[in-house]
Amino acid sequence: MTTRIVELRQGILKKNDELARALRQKFTSAGVLVLNLVSSPGTGKTAFLERTLRDLRTRGSRVAALVGDLETDNDARRLAASGAPVRQINTHGICHLDAEMIERHLAGWEGVELAGLDYLFIENVGNLVCPSSYDLGEKIRVALLSVTEGEDKPLKYPTLFNSADAAVITKMDIAEAVEFDRELALKNINEIRPGIRVFETSSKTGAGMEDWLGYLEGQRRAEDS
Amino acid sequence: MHELSIVSSVVETVTESAAAYPGARVVEVRLRVGALASVVVESLEFCWGIATEGTSIAGAKLVVHTLPVVVWCEACGTASELDGVQSFRCPLCGEGTMDLRQGRELEIESIEIDEAGENEEAGRSEEAEVTR
Repeated sequence: MTTRIVELRQGILKKNDELARALRQKFTSAGVLVLNLVSSPGTGKTAFLERTLRDLRTRGSRVAALVGDLETDNDARRLAASGAPVRQINTHGICHLDAEMIERHLAGWEGVELAGLDYLFIENVGNLVCPSSYDLGEKIRVALLSVTEGEDKPLKYPTLFNSADAAVITKMDIAEAVEFDRELALKNINEIRPGIRVFETSSKTGAGMEDWLGYLEGQRRAEDS
Repeated sequence: MHELSIVSSVVETVTESAAAYPGARVVEVRLRVGALASVVVESLEFCWGIATEGTSIAGAKLVVHTLPVVVWCEACGTASELDGVQSFRCPLCGEGTMDLRQGRELEIESIEIDEAGENEEAGRSEEAEVTR
């Protein structure tokens, strides 16, 4: 009787990674900047995206959004009010979006051509763990955190914050009321992802949005050059 | 929470790879999982039995090697292992670094297969030769 070791050395999420790579190439050649927004449920991703879509449209940009949700299309309906094309992805219990879902929902999206867009936002399923393993072909991964969640969130979910390209703190308008320790939150984010850009925003008052939109436009220009 | 889908994709890959060795039995599947891979090893092990049940690799053992995060520090010109995932600083100089050299792995390292069937036959023919 012989035992044999067969070396496989294969990524477990290889299929997703390959698909994401192909999507990334497609996005680059279409000249669209793609962002993947990840946070806990209740951080205010939808409100933040609603505001971002509206503001970018006002500034003359062509935007669209894919929205992940376990079961409902409530978020898509809210976002569609901005006037931007929005498509819902129902995962039916799956706790994250994957590259295949993105590919499938881009295909056959009536009236939306990648080449006709400046920005495509992907709102992930509210979850701070699983979405960090799945590359969607995005250029920028954004981790969002609200002032009500506790300043130690980045320490509790290091994988997500460590893989993010930008961080957004939401609901800054109620920071004082909930005794949000801004310095501590910034320190914790920086401990997990040294040097990351952090935007302190309020979707309600519009605070910090100018800074955020400026960042997006800068990234968009970098795409072009 | 996504451990079952991860384990299912391991089962799929291993089943496909093992098909190249007809008659062999997969006895062990070895994974390499980085500290930043955001999977819970206990959950992988828990899901393993469920995912392999009724497949050609049922009964195979799952072995998970966890890998610590290794960062590269530009200033020191050194790669260092981190104690945990709560602070991404060079342990030598304290400078923050995002240059990860290890820690995100989520891969199947190898499988151990038992080619008993084939070799028993081989053994028998050897015996036959000896008798002759």
